Amino acid sequence: MAPADIAPGAPIVELRNIVKRFGSVEALSGVSLTVRRGEVLGLLGDNGAGKSTLVKTLAGVHDPDGGEVLVRGRRVSPWTPLAARNAGIETVFQDRALAPQHSIVTNVFMGREITNALGLIRVRKQTDEANRLMREIGFTSRVFNPDSTVGHLSGGERQGVAIARALYNNADVIVLDEPTTALSLTETQKVFRFVRAVKDSGRTVVFIGHNIHHVWDIADRFFVIDRGRMAFEGEKAAFTGADHLIGMMHQLAETGRADIATLRQSA
Amino acid sequence: MTTAPAPARTAATDKRGTPGFWRMFYRRNGRALNAFVTFVLVWAFFAANNPTLFLIPAYYNAFLFSVPATIIMTTALVFVIVSGELDLAFPSVIGAAGGLFMTLVISGVPILAAAALTMLGGAALGTAIGAIVVYGKISSLVATLGLNFFIVGIVNLLAQGKNIESRDSVSTFGYAFFTGKWEIFGLQVPNHFLIAVVWTALCYVLFRYHRFGIRVQMVGDNPDSARQMGINIDRIRVGVFVWSGLAAALCGVILVQTANMVWFPTSGKAYLLIALAALFVGGTPTWGGVGTIWGAFFGALTVTLIPSGAVGAGFAGFWTDFIFGLVIILTMVAHRFGGARVR
Ligand SMILES: Nc1ncnc2c1ncn2[C@@H]1O[C@H](COP(=O)(O)OP(=O)(O)OP(=O)(O)O)[C@@H](O)[C@H]1O
Ligand SMILES: [Mg+2]
Repeated sequence: MAPADIAPGAPIVELRNIVKRFGSVEALSGVSLTVRRGEVLGLLGDNGAGKSTLVKTLAGVHDPDGGEVLVRGRRVSPWTPLAARNAGIETVFQDRALAPQHSIVTNVFMGREITNALGLIRVRKQTDEANRLMREIGFTSRVFNPDSTVGHLSGGERQGVAIARALYNNADVIVLDEPTTALSLTETQKVFRFVRAVKDSGRTVVFIGHNIHHVWDIADRFFVIDRGRMAFEGEKAAFTGADHLIGMMHQLAETGRADIATLRQSA
Repeated sequence: MTTAPAPARTAATDKRGTPGFWRMFYRRNGRALNAFVTFVLVWAFFAANNPTLFLIPAYYNAFLFSVPATIIMTTALVFVIVSGELDLAFPSVIGAAGGLFMTLVISGVPILAAAALTMLGGAALGTAIGAIVVYGKISSLVATLGLNFFIVGIVNLLAQGKNIESRDSVSTFGYAFFTGKWEIFGLQVPNHFLIAVVWTALCYVLFRYHRFGIRVQMVGDNPDSARQMGINIDRIRVGVFVWSGLAAALCGVILVQTANMVWFPTSGKAYLLIALAALFVGGTPTWGGVGTIWGAFFGALTVTLIPSGAVGAGFAGFWTDFIFGLVIILTMVAHRFGGARVR
């Protein structure tokens, strides 16, 4: 479904004051993140900063210990993975969330099987759709057979399956948690092409990556978290260039603070 | 300095990903085929020792009479094992269901209606067992072990150690529905064997082509992935216990009728190890995520054939357990070669 109900640039998903604890570890201590329609948001931060935890909260996997989730301005409760998918948020998780003993088709339609009224799988339809999707993506070094077992695929190919699954439903928001690690240069370029295609169709991407140059190239806005808190955020125009962003992240890593005053005020 | 990259191999020339029809067929049905071959080999081994006996159709009458309960239970347990759980409480459900069925029959409920009500009861008991395991967050091995004793205990208390009989209902239509026989070339095929075949086909469709069965496999393969993709893994896990309870109730109903409408409080006890052995001989691996319904069917045939087949082949009775153990171990080794776990 196209997000026709919301103007470009308006908030589509809002996380407010999210707190998430794992035992004694507070992975998120009050993070507020607004995802706007039609943007590519780059989520940055050190290892263990809490990026994946934030993404899993966005995907409904974590039930936050505090704070709330709003989709198109309305609070959704209970916030579950199914609720998130139904709200039009598709996620490529850092661990890819695949069933390795099963086929590509089964994985692409995991939790979203195409069935008839009796709940029986429409095998032909699923295979055709998966075939079409894999061809469209061309995300592989070999002829993709939708019946191939996922556990027999290479790391990059598995990633392709997870990305295909996220793209299948034309979701409003696509969240990619480190989609380009383990990918070759050409495959990385393909991922960027998809991100741009999704953006061009008026939809939204949340992109996590450790290669800041990559994230700089692809994103319109940056959101940096540090040890469970938002450190700073800014539109691309607020930075003088990738080096400015990298400098601020270095400063953050070394001193625990970044000098926000260096950001240009955007109009 | 960079040199121009070699022209990329186009996807169309790369044929590594497209196996032939038979490769595909074996990949999809290999476990079931292995279980079928195991059954044929065990049969051939016995038959070679006493060909005249094993070629008489009537020799298999007793076999077809006793195998259905094992088939029904084993095929249902595939769902439990594939989901990553274990059910050791089904023998108590078989016993309880038989008792409920007979209580209904002697209080005047027609047999078919009593059977339907009993299956509802079995599903309800399965729901309770599943809910305790899943929402109590107890390991299913421990929880169902305890529940098995507990349910058997309650049944014993209710029955006061007595059998329940209703020998007059042996002449009713309902009884004939379950135990009537069809004679084909001297072989008597009882209705409850046909019921077991239909049940297996039903399990096969449910497991392989229904959303529920597919999700059972997803949950068993990688529960975190299944959850992240929006599958309600708790509901699926309870569901496999419901299915097991339903099968156990059907077994209870059939066992009572094949015993000429007599129920013993110990009914069902014998099936614990037999059904689990049949399941693993049938090619469903212990680690969850994948399994085979028709493999379980052939596994049930194999383990049922061994005791009587060994005697028929001329082995003294005390060889039975030895052969039984040997077949289980050898088939496990064979299945291991057939397919290690894919990660
Ligand atoms: N399921 C969990 N149980 C316990 N602790 C967790 C769990 N998930 C995350 N954490 C902790 O929360 C913190 C944030 O983890 P998170 O995975 O969000 O980091 P990240 O920013 O994605 O890091 P990376 O870049 O390495 O992927 C870490 O300290 C981690 O140990
Ligand atoms: Mg992470």
